Amino acid sequence: MSSTPQDPTDTALADAPLEAGSGGRTPTPGKPRGSVWWRHALALLALAFALFPIVFIVSSAFNNAGTLSTSSLLPSNIGVENFNDLFSDSARPYWTWFRNSLIICGVATVATLFLGASAAYAFSRLRWTGRRGGLLFILLVQMFPALLAFVALFITFANVGNVLPAIGLNTLAGLLLVYLGGAMGSNIWLLKGYFDTVPRELDEAAKIDGSSHARIFFTITLRLVTPILATVAILAFVGLWGEFLLASIFLTSADNQTLAVGLYATRQADQNRYFGQFVAGALIASIPVVLVYLALQKQLVGGLTQGSVK
Amino acid sequence: MSQTRSDSDATLESFNPDEKLEFRQGTPLWVLVVKWALIALVMATALYIATRLAAEGYWLMVVLTAFVGLAILVVYAGKGLIPLKYLLPGVLLMLALQIWPLVYTVSISFTNYGSGHLGTKEQAIVAVEANSVRQVEGSARYQLNIAVPDGQDPATGDLTYLLTDPEGTFLAGDLDGTTELDPETVETNPAGRILSAEGYQTLSATEVNERSQDLADFAVPTEEGGIKQIGLSEAFIGEPTLVYDEASDTITDTASGRVFVADDEIGNFVPEDGVGRPLAQGWRVNVGFDNYVSALTDPTLRSGLFNTLVWNFVFAAVSVVSTFLLGMFLALLFNDPRLRGKGLYRSLLILPYALPIYVTAMVWASMFNTDFGLINELTGLSINWLGDPFWAKVAILVTNLWLGFPYMFIVCTGALQAIPTDVKEAAAIDGAGPLRTIWSVIMPLLLVAVGPLLIASFAFNFNNFGLIFLMTEGGPFVGGQSQIGSTDLLITLAYRLAIGGTTPNFGFASAVSVFIFILVALISYQGFKRTAALEDVN
Repeated sequence: MSSTPQDPTDTALADAPLEAGSGGRTPTPGKPRGSVWWRHALALLALAFALFPIVFIVSSAFNNAGTLSTSSLLPSNIGVENFNDLFSDSARPYWTWFRNSLIICGVATVATLFLGASAAYAFSRLRWTGRRGGLLFILLVQMFPALLAFVALFITFANVGNVLPAIGLNTLAGLLLVYLGGAMGSNIWLLKGYFDTVPRELDEAAKIDGSSHARIFFTITLRLVTPILATVAILAFVGLWGEFLLASIFLTSADNQTLAVGLYATRQADQNRYFGQFVAGALIASIPVVLVYLALQKQLVGGLTQGSVK
Repeated sequence: MSQTRSDSDATLESFNPDEKLEFRQGTPLWVLVVKWALIALVMATALYIATRLAAEGYWLMVVLTAFVGLAILVVYAGKGLIPLKYLLPGVLLMLALQIWPLVYTVSISFTNYGSGHLGTKEQAIVAVEANSVRQVEGSARYQLNIAVPDGQDPATGDLTYLLTDPEGTFLAGDLDGTTELDPETVETNPAGRILSAEGYQTLSATEVNERSQDLADFAVPTEEGGIKQIGLSEAFIGEPTLVYDEASDTITDTASGRVFVADDEIGNFVPEDGVGRPLAQGWRVNVGFDNYVSALTDPTLRSGLFNTLVWNFVFAAVSVVSTFLLGMFLALLFNDPRLRGKGLYRSLLILPYALPIYVTAMVWASMFNTDFGLINELTGLSINWLGDPFWAKVAILVTNLWLGFPYMFIVCTGALQAIPTDVKEAAAIDGAGPLRTIWSVIMPLLLVAVGPLLIASFAFNFNNFGLIFLMTEGGPFVGGQSQIGSTDLLITLAYRLAIGGTTPNFGFASAVSVFIFILVALISYQGFKRTAALEDVN
């Protein structure tokens, strides 16, 4: 099904399971009504596997002793000591990391949307020579995300920093730029497919009325493709929120780090002693994405089944 | 609109979008103002970047910047080139930050770029001479502080000596020599040692200590020889004991009389008599396929790389298969209309996938801790999970199963819903039992639907740096070496070669990266072949 993402029914199909929710479909007639208790039993087993690490995270975060050795599945000495430590540790500025993550993911998401939507508009709505070749080329390039070339990025930005310190290594702006390298192409397939489903007659009518291409793009097309923009925004944000490789290469000083790099450093400092602090930070870092997932399951699932992998 | 559809279609066919129509609406003034302000801003930025580049002498880059600026002006100032108006920013970013790094990686892989081979031959000669300075009778002493230029990272920035010479002149010295500092911009202690200087960031004692290895090879070249530190707050100026002779392209040790010959093949000065090691400071040369050849011929590297490659494939394949099987099993389990509470189950089962991958990796690494970890505590085992090559792999695969099965569950649920019921009914009429139906009817249909996603997932896991690095850093290391670990993927190996270690070898790391590119291309080719998607591009 994902092989033809430009098919408009695709998203609908992908969304179906979660919409179907607690089973409104009528059972196949003639089939004997057996018991479903064993399905519940297996489902509970799966839930246990899925949830025990999460229970462990929560109970360790609220474990006042705050070390790995005192952590267990069920909390013993409940309190918010870890969170107090986390917020007051001057060597590990948690809220600065949080802010950096928000800035990077926020700006990169907005830019990704804008670059992606513009490109999709050019590929879906405008007719020009080299359009098919251009699209195929962009798709091809997406097979090689920039992070595979981290060695070259590291060397390049070390040199860039000598000329333009504002975007060199150890700057948020530099990392942001790198994230934008793949911004146009990473979701072009998803976007173009959706753009293609928006009736062209609307554009043509507006064109006859004398609207410029820019006016059509900003006031008509962008409004009609909001659902796919929402999906792409979530995918981009969630993806960047978890990015570690490039962030760890770029951001070396504590004040410039993102949550991923900062929490790694926290845990590295002492895997046992700082575990409580680390896990408390990890819990807070997870909340935004978990909320996004739970609130926008439907949209996300549509995007996930189109071939995006975390 | 729909009533007049046939009319408007006819109009559209005769409508030529390039024709300027008389009743065309004018663009609002504020849009024009914003547009030209943005163009002006971009031009100003380009100009600023060009002047900075010119000041540093990167003339090729100046030309390139001018070209890009001109392209932007041409595309946005005029009325034509409409597709480019939408594509140019994305294309420029893609060219500069995705395609160029890929190309550059390939080109680095043919050099010996890395620790000891960072610069040009001239720089290497200067460094060799400056580094060989010995204190001679009566040589001047300087007060010293160690700094990096503002805005650079203390751990990697260009080392700079902040010096106070015996006459009280303030100097900043780096690999290019010394420059005088304006006394107004310098703060000193009563003895005259610089405490801070404008444009520089002094290193703390800890930071200096962390860079002791860099500092050992660091000296500031001068006319007479070089300036080198003794201790943390003093430096001396001395004469070099190693002297370069341009005519013969050799370096002679004035103390022992040994001669080192420049070898442009490997970018080092090697002893003329062939005995002993080459001088530490070399230069960057093109080494052709040496990096690739040594990967294939060096016995340790070869077996290490081979094991890494095998594990890389095993890891990606087992991850995909295990997550798919569990996800499909759950999807089939929940694909029963009589089961209540599916919505809740699904919301809870999606949670492992919703956690950021770094949280998952590090929490599971903690849970696999031998002494304090939850896994050993719950199971009563005392396995050294992350310290044993075999169990570390098991731990990683279990973690990846946990984090990946919700995705497969979602995908399979979607695909199952898309399988028409009459197919299942037909199977039932033909006398197939439930298991037979799943195996012979549902599974093949499911695989067709999710096949491309499985390949995408394989390609992703093939380079799943975050999981491996955050759980084991590629370790454990066996056999007394710290180059190639038991759970290393190619990408974590390249990372360690380039950035992780104390002696970066960018050339070899790039060669490993190029190897990754080739494998990714092969995997993607398989993926593309199986999707008809590309044929539908219109």
